[in-house]
Amino acid sequence: MTSQRETEDDLACQALVELVTDYLEDALPAATRRRLEAHLAGCDGCRVYLAQIEQTIGSIRAFAAADLALADRAEFLRLFREWAQE
Amino acid sequence: MSAPGDDASRVDVSSADDGDTTLVVRLRRRDEAAFVTLLERHQTALLRLARTFVPDAGIAEDVVQETWLGVLHGIDGFAGRSSLKTWIFAILINRARRRGAQERRSRPFASFALADDDEPAVDPDQFLPAGHRWAGHWAIAPEAWAPSPDDAALAGEIREQIAVAIASLPPAQQQVLFLRDVEGWPAPEVCHVLALSETNQRVLLHRARAKVRRALDAYYRGAARS
Repeated sequence: MTSQRETEDDLACQALVELVTDYLEDALPAATRRRLEAHLAGCDGCRVYLAQIEQTIGSIRAFAAADLALADRAEFLRLFREWAQE
Repeated sequence: MSAPGDDASRVDVSSADDGDTTLVVRLRRRDEAAFVTLLERHQTALLRLARTFVPDAGIAEDVVQETWLGVLHGIDGFAGRSSLKTWIFAILINRARRRGAQERRSRPFASFALADDDEPAVDPDQFLPAGHRWAGHWAIAPEAWAPSPDDAALAGEIREQIAVAIASLPPAQQQVLFLRDVEGWPAPEVCHVLALSETNQRVLLHRARAKVRRALDAYYRGAARS
């Protein structure tokens, strides 16, 4: 047991940040989900944190996708042609 | 010949769609354009994923080449129990894992074998300490970030932050983050090709996203001060 003062309706912010992925993946038990949403409703810091995680996911998707040049195709076409002639 | 990588198909994942069926048929007829379509669709992602299993880019290229050979030689036996995409990636992961293990044996002091860590999502110093009336609540609350910039130079800086943060993740976290958040795969497919439980997949995704968030937070806080 921790010394954290958790009530039925509340989670500590430090616990909430570790549940964010399960929340976004819809993998929380219903009771935990309700506690988390009740906490979010009353906590600016955790709402900002959740928004940052969502912005992180969006940025990863937007920025990380296209940073590798397409490799040279010739080598792979040679593989294909050798195989096709077998 | 049985299809390499197919032995991992315990989980029911999305089955082949119509586009797959056509491509498979064309590839079996040795249609080069079908192969080019697959190369264009998957080559970049295969190379990046391979890179997370092996110590250098040259070996990753070898693994991708072996993967395409495996695809070509296995296509006649492809049963369509998983999508063509997950089948191809399962072949890659299978080969990359084997190659990564060989490299680790032959280079015992190489620095690529990072253990999975167990860091909290947020620095504990940002929360009120045990014993405080509001222990575990924010001591330093997160501040909203600026919206993602349209400006090309700023976008480049953020791309760089993300690239550095992802490169510093342990390989298993990179693999899950890459397939989920870069490639946009659904969780069941990622669990399937990486042979992860749903829980493990979420834990790896959680740690990876949290670390990229920390890097971006440091960047946005720095940008707000300057």
